[in-house]
Formats: sequence, structure tokens, C-alpha cells
Amino acid sequence: MARFVVRRTASAILLLFATSIVVFGIFEVIPSYNPARAIAGRNATPTTVAEVSRKFGFDKPIYVQYGKTMELIFTGQVIDYSDNLNVDSQFAQRFPVTVSLVVPAALIWLAGAIVLGSISALRVGGLADRGLMVTAIVGVSIPIFLLAAVLLYAFAFKLTWFPNTGYTTLVANPAQWAYHLFLPWISIAVLSIGFYSRVLRSNLLDMANEDFVRTARAKGLTRRQVFTRHMLRNSLMPVITMFGLDFAVLLGGAALVTETVFNLPGIGQYEAQAIGNLDVPPIMVGAMFTAFFVVLFSAFSDIVYALLDPRIRLTG
Amino acid sequence: MIPEPDTSRGQAEAEVVAGASPGGTAGIVVTPGERVADPWAEGHHPPAIGPWKLAARRLRRNYVAQAFLVLFLVIVVMCLLAPLYASHIAHIGPNANNITGTVSVGGQTRDVVSTDGVPIGPTFGSHYFFGADSNGRDLAVRLLYGGRTSLLIGGIATVIIIVFGTLAGLLTGYFRGVADMLLRPLMELIWSFPVVILGVALGTALALGGIGPVKGNSIYIPAFIIGVVYIPYLGKPIRGEVLRLREQDFVEAARVQGMGSWRIMLSEILPNLTSMITVFVPMMLAYSILLEAYLSFLGAGVQAPNASWGTLISDGLTYIQTTPTFSLIPGAMLVLTVLSINVVGDGIRDALDPRAQVRVRT
Repeated sequence: MARFVVRRTASAILLLFATSIVVFGIFEVIPSYNPARAIAGRNATPTTVAEVSRKFGFDKPIYVQYGKTMELIFTGQVIDYSDNLNVDSQFAQRFPVTVSLVVPAALIWLAGAIVLGSISALRVGGLADRGLMVTAIVGVSIPIFLLAAVLLYAFAFKLTWFPNTGYTTLVANPAQWAYHLFLPWISIAVLSIGFYSRVLRSNLLDMANEDFVRTARAKGLTRRQVFTRHMLRNSLMPVITMFGLDFAVLLGGAALVTETVFNLPGIGQYEAQAIGNLDVPPIMVGAMFTAFFVVLFSAFSDIVYALLDPRIRLTG
Repeated sequence: MIPEPDTSRGQAEAEVVAGASPGGTAGIVVTPGERVADPWAEGHHPPAIGPWKLAARRLRRNYVAQAFLVLFLVIVVMCLLAPLYASHIAHIGPNANNITGTVSVGGQTRDVVSTDGVPIGPTFGSHYFFGADSNGRDLAVRLLYGGRTSLLIGGIATVIIIVFGTLAGLLTGYFRGVADMLLRPLMELIWSFPVVILGVALGTALALGGIGPVKGNSIYIPAFIIGVVYIPYLGKPIRGEVLRLREQDFVEAARVQGMGSWRIMLSEILPNLTSMITVFVPMMLAYSILLEAYLSFLGAGVQAPNASWGTLISDGLTYIQTTPTFSLIPGAMLVLTVLSINVVGDGIRDALDPRAQVRVRT
């Protein structure tokens, strides 16, 4: 087990280093003209360009540039060029909002998928099953921002069941917090529920022919016991693995568009505004931040799975 | 030809029995069903059918997939006819501003963009059928031109993904060694970035200065970016399949006959990948069109003055409270397009993979 942890951590560190080089390459090597100009943004003045050039060391060799960029990012010295705000402190300040959006949304999506997947496996061909099949294929065909826009129009503007904007912290008022975030959670969760419950359903159906399930039945366990203890448990493993990967990815993409549509003051909204202004520093830090999160999260979840399921250690 | 309907039915039944796991939750063991009529009896063998013909026949029975294929083709034709609509019906180009213009709706003259900057809503007439944007541009015209852009970007990206994903999968899977050591970490690296984030990063980095001779606001930039981002999504599964195929006896036989590596790859392994690649084509097209919408929605995809469905949804969001159709109509076009591609893709997958065709009935 120790060997697995060491090996997995080492590869994660290597991957972190590689992602930082990719981010550096995208913003400072690929642009075919003065990269200082690109970083300073669409409406940059010559003074800003000169300032950026000095700060990021564009007059020095490329490895010095890389070192300087990383130093700036990790010591919190990067500023954006539309509002002159410190990017790192903006991220730190906005992070709780993004977590409040993404974590409950992910929990709704996982819980919904387990319940609906089980129902549709138990009642194959039933109404829930057929409804899920449609939801699953529609879910992979709708971008989250469109569903968010539809929900915003229908439930916030037309029916006025939910507020259309604003954010209250969980500490200040939990009820208001949930009330304001309900629509954003649903827009992220609904589309994934369809797909995830389909996966769980087919896992469960495959499981029905397994020997150990027959043995459990033969031992005289009730249907409920066989289902929850033997079938569901074993079917959940691949779903959780998939979830571990998607959750980290979700933090990037879904937060970006959902926060924009619902006007939530999270990291995604900050990045989306920066994209609109072609203001590079927040995007650069954001890409780095997300990629780091994905790498660390997947390493962490791999190690947790290895703890739970000894078979993984051998193949990993 | 006489027994043809019977054999196809027999085939379908055999498939259901072979892979079935009917509704029973607690391990109902399926015993092979009684064979109704033995197709081998009385000396007439069923006519041999190739896998592609068989797939086409299964697809012909899938009416849902066919209906959505028609829907997709209708959308494509509508978008291709955009210039005709612009010149003969709307009489205005996709990027022509008309802030001070007026349009007559039901006998009365109205401003295209009101004095406080609010664009006109849908008129359902020949001019400004779906209304205007804040620059007084005709949204119906932009919707069709935007569709062309979205479909074109999706198409180009899909070609890039299929060509380079297959190539990367073949090289890393077949040669392993050096190719694997160079290309696979690259694919893993792209894979470890969330697609939207990587797309946004590349999009913003290239939007200002472009790349090489390509200008920053060219629609080829998002197409290229989407292609690159999704290459591992095809490359990795292809690699896995190639790793499996290269150990097969027929590859061994080809090697013994003295075939070179490239010839084995192209004439022995590639043909065995075609059905897998066919399944990926609609999937990648749907993914690409969706990612284009995400990038354009955020401003890192198609750049002004060009439109795509993503930028139109984003532009319309300002007026979501008063005129939701500004966002929802391009949104509906986008969803119908991607949905029809996905349904047809599912149909193709089911048709090519006999086991996937099992429909468990209760």
C-alpha cells in the first residue's frame, strides 16, 4: 500500500509540473506576437505592456520566464488588467461561493442518480426507466448554461418562485443560502443525473446474473438485503470512480457558466468576466488552479479507492 | 430471398436471449429460449450478410433514429440556405448594423432599436422575424449564419479528432516504445485538463493575435482548439483496442508473411477499428458543437462580428427577463441539432454492436 501511495504521489507531482508548463506555454509561448501584449489585454497601454514585460521577464531566457511566472502566481503577485485587482486574493475570496455551488450540486446529482438508477433497474421498462432514458440523452445534448437560462426565466422571472440573483453565505443564513442557490444546483445536477443513473442501472442489471447474487438469494436473504448489501454496493464502485473524475472537472466548466447566468460572485464569474475582456492573468491562474485541483483530486481519490478495494493496488 | 424476413427475426431473438438480463433483480438465470424454427433445417442456409449490411438493416428498423436523422438534415439544409434567406427574404446581411432603422410591423412603423437601446422583439414578418440585437442586426439571419458557423466548426473539429486521434491511437498502441513514450504523456496531459478550461485558455491566448497566418477572430481557431482538446478522447480508446488487436493471430500471420509495420497497421488493424471509429464520429461531432457553444458563450470561441449559436445565446441573456426568445431560439436550435446527432449516433452504435441492441422487455 505504501508503495502505491508513493508511486501515485510521485506521478501526481510530475503531472502538476507538466500542467504548469502547459499553462505557461499556452499563454507565453504560443501567442505568435509579443506575449506581454497578450497578457496586458485587449486595451493595453504601452506602459502596461512594458510593465508586464519587465514583471514576467520577457527580455530574459525562456526558463527564467517560466520561473518568474510561477513565482508571481504562487506568491500572489499577479494582478488583472481590467480592475487592477490581485488575482490570487480574488480567488481566495470567491472560493467559498464556488464551493457552495459545486459541492451540494454534486451531492444532489449523486443521490439522485443512486435513487433513480435503482428504481429504473428494479422496474425495467417502467415509466421511471423510460423517462430516465430520455433525460439521459437530452442531458448530454443540452449545455448547462442553456438549462440555467431556461430555469432562470421560468422559475425566477415568470413564476417568481426563486430569486433571480444574489448570494447569501451559509453562515449568515442557511435557509436563504439554499433558497438562492437552489436553481443553480438543479441546473448543474439534473443533466448529470440522467447519465449517471443509466450507468448505475446497467451495472445493476449486469450484476443480476452474478453468482454471488444467486448465492445470496439461495442463502435466504430477502430481496431488499440482496439488493442493498450485494448488488447496489458492487454497482456503485464504478459510478463513484466516474464521479470522482467528473466532480473535479465540474469545478472548472460548470461553475464558469452557471455563475455567469445566475450572477453568483464565485471564481467562475470572475474568470468569465476576464474572458469577456480578454484579460489573461485571471484565466491563466484559473487554468492552473483547476488543473492542479483535478490532478490532486484524482490522485487523492485513487488512493482512497486503493484503500477501499485491494484489487486496484495491483493494477494501478 | 424468401426466408430473409424470418432469418432477421430469428437473429434478433437470438440476440435477446444471448445477452439478456431481464428485469428480475435477484439473479433469474435465463435459459436459452426454445428455438421456434431451425434455420439450418431443410438444407436452406440463411444468406450470408456482412456486418455493415446487417447494421444498415438494424438501422432501417430504428424509426426514431431515422426521424432524428431527417431533423438533423433539415437543420443543416436550413443553415446552408442562410445566404438565400438573407438576400431574398430579410434583405440584410448577418453582420449589417441597423441601429437607426425602422421596420413596419402590422401596419405601424417601429424602431429596430429603441432610443434607450432596447432591440425589437420577434416580428414574425420577413424583416426581423426573430427580432434584432442591440446593434440592429437581424437575429433570424444571424441564427442561420450562426448555425453554419457552429456546424462548420463542429465538422472541422471532428475531422481533426478522427484523423489525429486514430493516428495517435495507432502509433502509441502499435509501436509502443518511443511513440508511446512521447505521445501518451501528451494525451494524458490534455486529458487531465477540464475541456472547457483548456479550450478557454487556448481561446483567449489565441483570440488576440491569432496563430501564424490565421487571424485572431477566424473561426478556424476554435475549430482547431476543439479538435486538439478532444484528440485524447478518441486516441485513448483506439490505443486500447490496438493493443488488443496487435496480439491477435491474424496480425501474427501478417507479420510472418513479411508485411511491414505500416502495412499491418493500415491493412490489418485499421479495418478492424472502423466500426469503433464510426461510433465515435457522431459522438465527437456532438461534443464539438457543444464545446463550441460553451467557448463562444464565454467569449473564448467565435469572435465578433461572427455569430454562432453560443454567442447568440450569450447576447440574448441580457434580455432574458423581457424577451427570452433571444436566447431560447438559438438554444433550441443548438439542442435539437446536438440531440439529433446523439440519437442517430446511439442508433448507429446499437446497429453496429449486436449486444447493445438487447432491449429487455417485461
